[in-house]
Amino acid sequence: MTVGTGTGRHPREAQPSNGGAREEQEDHGHVEYREDREKRGNHEEREDRGNRKEREEQEGWGELVAAALLGAERRRPPGGSVTALLDAAATETVRRRAGARPAVPGQRPAHAPADGRPPLPGAAERRLAALLADRAPGGAGAASGRRGAGPDLGELLPQWLAEANAHGYRAPTALLPALLDAARARTDLRAETLAFAGPRALWLARYNADWKFALRDGVRRRAPDGRPDETEKVWQEGLFAERVALLTAVRRRDPDAATALLASTWQTERAEDRLMFLDSLREGLRLSDEPFLERALADRSRTVRATAAELLTALPGSALAARMADRARGCVTPDRTGGSGGIAVTAPSACDADMQRDGIAPKPPSGRGERAWWLGQLVEAAPLEVWGEQLGGATPAEIIALPVADGWRDDLHAAWCGAAVRQRNAPWARALIGEPTDPFAEGPGDPAKLLSVLPEEERGAWAARFVAAHGLSEAFRVLGMCGVPWPLPLGRAVVDALEIARDAGSYPWSFSGVMGLAERCLDPSDTERLAPLAAVPDEKEGESPGAGAYWAESFQRLLATLRLRSVMLAELRNEVPDSGPELPAPNG
Amino acid sequence: MAPPTVFGMGGQAVRWTAEQVRALAPDDASRRAGSKLSAPGPWTEAGWGNGALWGQCKGSGSKPYQTVVDLDGGQGPGYRCSCPSRKFPCKHALGLLLLWAGGEAVVAEGGDPPEWADGWLGDRRRRAERKAARGPAGAPEGTNAGQAAAGTGNGADERARAEAAHRRAAQRAERITAGTQELEQRLADLLRGGLAGAEQRGYAPWEEMAARMVDAQAPGLAARIRELGAIPGSGEGWPGRLLAECALLHLLAVGWRRAAELPAPLADTVRTRVGLTLEAADLLSDKQALVRDKWLVLAQRDADEGRLTVRRVWLYGRSAGRHALLLSYGAGGRAPELALPVGAALDAELAYYPGSGSLRAALGPRYGAPLPGFQPPGTGVREALEGYARMLREDPWAEGRPCVLERVVPVPPSDAGTAGGTAGASRGGAGPGAAGWHLAAADEEVALPVAPGTGAAALWRLLALSAEGPVTVFGECGHRGFAPHTAWHQGRVVPL
Repeated sequence: MTVGTGTGRHPREAQPSNGGAREEQEDHGHVEYREDREKRGNHEEREDRGNRKEREEQEGWGELVAAALLGAERRRPPGGSVTALLDAAATETVRRRAGARPAVPGQRPAHAPADGRPPLPGAAERRLAALLADRAPGGAGAASGRRGAGPDLGELLPQWLAEANAHGYRAPTALLPALLDAARARTDLRAETLAFAGPRALWLARYNADWKFALRDGVRRRAPDGRPDETEKVWQEGLFAERVALLTAVRRRDPDAATALLASTWQTERAEDRLMFLDSLREGLRLSDEPFLERALADRSRTVRATAAELLTALPGSALAARMADRARGCVTPDRTGGSGGIAVTAPSACDADMQRDGIAPKPPSGRGERAWWLGQLVEAAPLEVWGEQLGGATPAEIIALPVADGWRDDLHAAWCGAAVRQRNAPWARALIGEPTDPFAEGPGDPAKLLSVLPEEERGAWAARFVAAHGLSEAFRVLGMCGVPWPLPLGRAVVDALEIARDAGSYPWSFSGVMGLAERCLDPSDTERLAPLAAVPDEKEGESPGAGAYWAESFQRLLATLRLRSVMLAELRNEVPDSGPELPAPNG
Repeated sequence: MAPPTVFGMGGQAVRWTAEQVRALAPDDASRRAGSKLSAPGPWTEAGWGNGALWGQCKGSGSKPYQTVVDLDGGQGPGYRCSCPSRKFPCKHALGLLLLWAGGEAVVAEGGDPPEWADGWLGDRRRRAERKAARGPAGAPEGTNAGQAAAGTGNGADERARAEAAHRRAAQRAERITAGTQELEQRLADLLRGGLAGAEQRGYAPWEEMAARMVDAQAPGLAARIRELGAIPGSGEGWPGRLLAECALLHLLAVGWRRAAELPAPLADTVRTRVGLTLEAADLLSDKQALVRDKWLVLAQRDADEGRLTVRRVWLYGRSAGRHALLLSYGAGGRAPELALPVGAALDAELAYYPGSGSLRAALGPRYGAPLPGFQPPGTGVREALEGYARMLREDPWAEGRPCVLERVVPVPPSDAGTAGGTAGASRGGAGPGAAGWHLAAADEEVALPVAPGTGAAALWRLLALSAEGPVTVFGECGHRGFAPHTAWHQGRVVPL
């Protein structure tokens, strides 16, 4: 170095091939790199000497810093003047920077597990990156106010993930952090996202406290074929979430083993944990669970008892169901007095201890009479098969058509609706939901819930006729029950209804819920039929100002989203040419 | 896998990728706004051909915005939009580019630009041709006296201009000399009183000193001084860091004073570091100095420096095996104009500025649109440190040196999985994110600490990439550690 400020010889001016010079070069430690060096255990003698020298130099620098801190007015600096101090510090700084040596790495991450799934097609990978980028904090999602004519990318992520998982693709490693962040932010997407992210995401999550959730939720995919002793260990020692995951996994493989596992520690669990564990039996509920559930009817906790009773009523062959059937038969009988062939109802006059043990809540919510409340619970818990025999061998539709004496009809029908949903009884649900064209306010039950019991094709057909008859104002939940993509008749009914709403002069945001559903659920193959709707119509007399343009924008977004979905699915089927830059292989 | 990209004759790329387009966005907000406009919905009369892309975008007003992109003008892509946005490129240009990159049918292929697009395109291309033909641009600004070659103008007039430039340069040198003397004096005063007081005094004295250097027309010194204000608050070890930076300032001031005694390259470095730079046009006018190569765009980074946004773009020349750094400035919140797609390669000429480790360059004419990139060759951890040390010999003020590390593994701090928050941000003194992270050689017990200030997202992405084995990373290796910018992964580029 020739800038005339110091006497220090630049270390790199020594010949690098010279062993001695090299050794000396390495002696110029740098503070930030050095810290790690000192942690190293095995030193040869040369290294020790190096360390000593390094320490001495460290002290030399420390002396300069101390002098600078204190100031020359208080103590004479090394070299005698502030200029000499600055010269020496400059030399030392450059020397230390030039002489920095490699640090010694700490504990390296464990090897990531292999992921044998095939990689995504290039176009699909870029699409995923775009979907995830849109989701990022402050992204262009729903949070940023008015939606424009472009698709809402974040809302397409669930569909993309489901489709990618159906294809069995491997997640690109570069996107694992974004996937974990997405799974963290949206619990509804968590299972699908983690399934796609795969074993490497779990590996990555171990190093970041923000992604700890994946280790819990990810257990589901790790434990299923676990060895019995491993299962026992997690069950006895695991965190609560791990244990729930384990129980669910075991339940899927061997339902009775799961019940046995649960019974083994039941007495020692806390009440809220018991409730959660019990809830996890809902999936794959079977008659062999009955003894366990019967015992749970005597639980200390009221909510645990109620849940056990509810689960038992969903088992039509259970003893509890039989007891409920007996009670219900006593309350609901053929009406023999009026000769009308209708139904007579005698609501229970008391809620005794046995009823309470079977899960009947004695205290009604405010505004409901005690007896009607008890009756409703009884009928809801009784197996629906009882009624054919009890009321003269009639079909559900015939039974529902029967007149009910003394104004009990709504109570009775509401209870049957509850029973049909709880017992997932399609014939009863079909009879209770009635014709989609019936006046809407009449029915006592919730059509959306009843719809969920019906087979998928039937749901779509029913919803299509419902929308055609009633429009969209009540359709949101009904539509939410239909399978994706919507069958063509349903899709057309929805679009027609949107068009009618537009022509009636309403604003599109009154239908933003249905619009959003349509974007995600309409079959993309019907897209081009919708294209004319996206044009901006001329403003008509008496129309809400500007509504036409807003509608056009909404339809444009609908179209854009449908086109995007169709491209997205084609990309995942690897039918879209990869337009990305192709690079030569590394070192090739 | 899908077929490779098809490139037309003359190296003209058929379409850019969405990633390349997104890399052009001046900021995140524009990138998102652009994605929203990347659906066919609002676009009409869109088309591309003849190296240009155009379309009309329906906005909130009655008249649609007219957007034109010149894809491969001699000076790189150009954008024009009738919207009032001051972002550059604006969201409409980005949306149109994305639409086109996505292969949407609404962008008709192979037509001629409509009249509203053609006028601007023609003007721009004629300008570029004129510029290329003209060579040295007018009279050089009075920067490096004597170095500026006089143009081919006519006699007396030309001489008079040259003399005037010479006079201005001499005046500026005098002012700078006075400035450095004042700086030396102030640094000496500081050390007389002791650095201990700096912690209480805050930013103000440094700002004032920086303003004096601006008055002295030494912007390089001013920028360094402004940085000093933050050091006393930077956590443990600040006195050492402050002394080091003061000493380097002192070194620079002394270097200026005694520039005549220095070897020419080092003297150039001193001039550059003080803040005297050549005009890019002058640099590029010397045909002998132009280096034509396939330049790989390694990374692009923006930093706020005072009222300026400084964009750094690092390049790597395939044949020469040499790095280059381009700087572009945006004032008042505007994005810098220069935007190059990371991971792609440019067939272009550039000229290196003298001094400063022969790294900074000015971009000259480009030939054709960006080409597919390649994976640059890398070095090991030791070579990276040696490279930085060698650079210090030419430029003792260098903070870091661009280099590609090969076969490295990111190592998170040992407490990463348990400490709250992301990437140990709670550990004091080292800025957000990078505390405790290392990049370790895959086959040897050596590592580089990751430089403070590296974003947590970059670190996690790097670690995720390493699930498939050691990674290749481009970044800057310097005295504060290694600042990663870009990774290569199975032949593909991943900006960090």
